[in-house]
Amino acid sequence: MSGSVVDMAAAQRGRGFAREPKPGGDMAEVHAELTGVKRVYPGADGGSVHALGPVDLKLARGEFYSVVGPSGCGKSTLLDVLAGLSAPTEGSILFEGREVAGRVPPGIGVVFQEDASFPWLTVQDNIAFGLRRAGTDAAEVDRRVSYAIGFMGLKDFRKAYPAQLSGGMRQRVCIARTLVMQPRLILLDEPFGALDAQTRLLMGDELLKLWRETGATVMLITHALDEAAMLSDRIGVMSARPGRLIADIRTEWPRERDSRIAAEESFGAITSRLWGLLRDETVKAAGMSGSSR
Amino acid sequence: MRQFFDSLVFAAVLVAIWQGLHWFAGDIAIASPGVTAERAMVLLGSPSFWGHFRETFSALGYALAIAVLGGMTIGLVLGLHRLSGEVAEPILVSLYSLPKITLYPLILLIFGLGMSAKVAFGAIHGIIPVAIFTMGAVKTIAPVYFKTARVLQLSRRQLVATVVIPAAIPELVSGLRVGFSLTLLGVLIGEMFASQRGLGFLVMNAIGTLDVPTMMAVVLLLALVAVMISAGLLYLDRRLHHRVA
Ligand SMILES: Nc1ncnc2c1ncn2[C@@H]1O[C@H](COP(=O)(O)OP(=O)(O)O)[C@@H](O)[C@H]1O
Ligand SMILES: [Mg+2]
Repeated sequence: MSGSVVDMAAAQRGRGFAREPKPGGDMAEVHAELTGVKRVYPGADGGSVHALGPVDLKLARGEFYSVVGPSGCGKSTLLDVLAGLSAPTEGSILFEGREVAGRVPPGIGVVFQEDASFPWLTVQDNIAFGLRRAGTDAAEVDRRVSYAIGFMGLKDFRKAYPAQLSGGMRQRVCIARTLVMQPRLILLDEPFGALDAQTRLLMGDELLKLWRETGATVMLITHALDEAAMLSDRIGVMSARPGRLIADIRTEWPRERDSRIAAEESFGAITSRLWGLLRDETVKAAGMSGSSR
Repeated sequence: MRQFFDSLVFAAVLVAIWQGLHWFAGDIAIASPGVTAERAMVLLGSPSFWGHFRETFSALGYALAIAVLGGMTIGLVLGLHRLSGEVAEPILVSLYSLPKITLYPLILLIFGLGMSAKVAFGAIHGIIPVAIFTMGAVKTIAPVYFKTARVLQLSRRQLVATVVIPAAIPELVSGLRVGFSLTLLGVLIGEMFASQRGLGFLVMNAIGTLDVPTMMAVVLLLALVAVMISAGLLYLDRRLHHRVA
């Protein structure tokens, strides 16, 4: 044991949920790609709801991408079709070069907008759930679950049931349950929606840490512009329904960053640019729901 | 503690009403609570009573097992398969409201007199409410659980065993509670009309010989056991619903 920094980092990875970085991994490699993706839901009394698209989007391997847009514009729909949870009406979706069709490809992890923790399982059994179903051996399950519990700050709650936890804690459980599966693409749908502003900032820091540690590609859906500006490498702005991507903004933040970046000058510039783009769409979205009532 | 006290008051009121009815109707129709209790003690001391008791409750056990397994299977399939659920639900509900007694001749023809007829009669009473509750439980499972199962690559079997059933259990216990009462009812009706054994037979026999105290004592003991089991299920039901809330 030389105890060098490199060795320690490797040991850390061995214990944690990080994957070995791919040799020759190229940051510009396309990880997921949507081409002309459209989603139309069958509506009430024979009509139809055009919820999304057409959308063209490329996610680079390892990037932190956020989507902002007015509520009801099709953000969750975008996540569902990308994850293979619902089929696009038109267009094609590739994940790691393979067509996403009819099932969720292994390697994608999702944290949903709704609370998806299982109330009949303790925190640690919730987190271990996916690994156990996959037949991972018990020692490995323990190792990854303990690590995730530590990482997400759930040590004091490992034996608690979700009903005993706050909404934020439950969302941490769901994030941990996703993490231990070592996904290469993590999709998060307004995961901090229910939290107060300060807790959200701290959760944002955790998310950045996790992103760096795992090397995964992250797509975060959020309605909070400051959150998008603070966390992302790149931000997609969605129009009112049917949701299309109307802008693509690069933040140019360094990989090592946290919520204190909000003090940067360019942070304010990015946030106000986002709002400038979104203001009209939000008015449209609100107007639409107003007139339909 | 409070609840226990309330139950005591409730029981006392029931006994008072009973005593009142006794004064009103006389010994020929309704035995007094005192006489009934005395006869109940005699029954509890007699081995032949326990034979009948065992007969009824083993029939109930079999009938309940069939009702729960069958009802849960039907409910799970219909709940998970939306189209067949939509087709089957009105059918189930109308079967539920159909007086099962009309099926009795049919069951006697198929099973003859004895244990299997009782079990069948109990089971047809219990299976439909268990199926309806199970189907309702499955249909109200949060869609995000199904999505989570798909992201975690669960097989169909794993989905049912590790998500659907645990998620539905609080509702299943509610269904079991209703199913239990109806299954017991079915078994007793079966015993009353087509059996030489069991508590239902004892009641009918006592009515036939105008032995009002025995008739009432059997009913009293039966009611006590049923209330205890029901209370146990209710307790479980509340606890499970509490944990989810
Ligand atoms: N399963 C569905 N069936 C019909 N319409 C749907 C369904 N899911 C979403 N929608 C509609 O599609 C639009 C976009 O929804 P969603 O993607 O959830 O928006 P967001 O996540 O941006 O708030 C909304 O108008 C919503 O009512
Ligand atoms: Mg949404």
